[in-house]
Amino acid sequence: MTLAVQDLERLARLARLEFSAAEAERYQGELNTILGMVDALKQAQTDGVEPLAHPLDMAQRLRPDAVTEPEAREALLDGAPETRDGLFVVPRVIE
Amino acid sequence: MSALHERDLVALQAGLAAGEFSAEELAAELLARAQASQGELNALVTPAPERAAAQARAATGPLAGLPILHKDIFCTQGLRTTCGSKMLGEWVPPYDAGIVQRLDAAGMVTLGKTNMDEFAMGSSNETSHFGPVRNPWDLRRVPGGSSGGSAAAVAAGLAPVATGSDTGGSIRQPAALCGITGIKPTYGRASRYGMIAFASSLDQAGVFARSARDAALVLETMSGFDPRDSTSADAPVPRYSEELDQPLAGLRIGRPAEFFAAGLDAQTGARIDEALAVLESLGATLVDISLPRMEHCVPVYYVIAPAEASSNLSRYDGVRFGHRCADPQNLDDLITRSRSEGFGREVQRRITIGTYVLSQGYYDAYYLQAQRVRRLICEDFDRAFEQVDVIAGPTTQAPAFGLGAKTEDPVAMYLNDIYTIAANLAGVPALSTPAGLVDGLPVGLQLIGPAFTEGRLLNVAHQFEQATGHHQLRPDYTPGGAQ
Repeated sequence: MTLAVQDLERLARLARLEFSAAEAERYQGELNTILGMVDALKQAQTDGVEPLAHPLDMAQRLRPDAVTEPEAREALLDGAPETRDGLFVVPRVIE
Repeated sequence: MSALHERDLVALQAGLAAGEFSAEELAAELLARAQASQGELNALVTPAPERAAAQARAATGPLAGLPILHKDIFCTQGLRTTCGSKMLGEWVPPYDAGIVQRLDAAGMVTLGKTNMDEFAMGSSNETSHFGPVRNPWDLRRVPGGSSGGSAAAVAAGLAPVATGSDTGGSIRQPAALCGITGIKPTYGRASRYGMIAFASSLDQAGVFARSARDAALVLETMSGFDPRDSTSADAPVPRYSEELDQPLAGLRIGRPAEFFAAGLDAQTGARIDEALAVLESLGATLVDISLPRMEHCVPVYYVIAPAEASSNLSRYDGVRFGHRCADPQNLDDLITRSRSEGFGREVQRRITIGTYVLSQGYYDAYYLQAQRVRRLICEDFDRAFEQVDVIAGPTTQAPAFGLGAKTEDPVAMYLNDIYTIAANLAGVPALSTPAGLVDGLPVGLQLIGPAFTEGRLLNVAHQFEQATGHHQLRPDYTPGGAQ
């Protein structure tokens, strides 16, 4: 599989990144080299093998559905680029 | 008496107990050394003299007054935590990571935060927004990565121990290239609460030290169940430091043919052969084994790790924390430009690969296939550990390479981790211990064990150190000497 520049533009949009034309060309070469290495996996015989998502095959632990987090609104908002009245601020989303 | 920066944790503990120096004096002396080294090594992103002084004055607990550096991937309350990225360049966390809390509670003194590859993506510490770290054995060479700052700092005597994180070798590879001990414990052994996520099915926290004994003391203190980490293992933590003196008689050590195949530098291979002979002389039996899917480890890793990274790093949107672009035109513009400005090239490359392998039409061929091969790799380990107690081989193919030598070729850079990735894919513990020098540069012996056998690995490393003294080899480095 080889990525074209249009593929890269689509992936960048999905990942909310933007590349200049020069960057896109450079990334295209690099990504195709990496995918070339990864393509070796297609040779592996995996019929009937279950995909493994967790190295120790542990189940996700559950806890009682109770509020345990402390109130930390001020501390969390302190790290935000822009806040107002205890809320995160973003550009207008409804015109 | 040796200088404070030359002493290991246990020797410093004795000096503190004898009243030879105070914890404050110790912290101040090491911070002065770190500052003097900064222009050459660039090992620290943020020194923490005030936090260190306050902790040193108040320290109580089993490791009271002993200094430590934390990789800048671990959140520290009130102390900038950058993850080596412009994205978090000015971010000050509102809480401490789980392992930082445990080490603080034991009385350890945080000297500062160490430099690292951006979001832990790299094998040379050259992708950091804060510039590359240099290897104290040779300032023209890399220290390895991604925990390069922690490794260089411990090797150069800026701190006796440091924390790190290991997703594909990011503790063991720099430990090998800097001539120190580094251990990645079992997946789930140490809490990842407050450890900034890269690839969640692979990431694990661990330790750098100048001896297996020091690593054991820190690892047994920082490990243990943490309900705030959903993958934390709910299992008791043995006292690793009390298992070190166990003799190696009867130990079965597996020598995987695939670790000694083409690509291994001849002199590095010779050091590993010598190391295996030492372990044999201590009573261990060598068994030739095979891990037939080793060739697939790097490709599997470079599907799974970017896939998980692309998901984990979607949280950086310029809204809630981290870098925000100037004058956003709309929400989409805000998110896109904040991410494009905040992430460096390697991070953007990996997010793009991850987005690709998870996208419709490619998910089965890449991501699910990689997860299937991952299971086969785990089964290779299961079979090997039916025959042997520990697997041994080189940590890296060769000693440290020059700065810039591999930055233009991502695949060559990725192959640095060819021997270390397997342990992350299988979730098993692994360490690197110094195995001597090649042309004046250190190389590492890697030991891999079944899940939750950290104590055995540290025991073998300790016995190996006692027999060889390789862990006492230090770089001929004086801070400021190159200027």
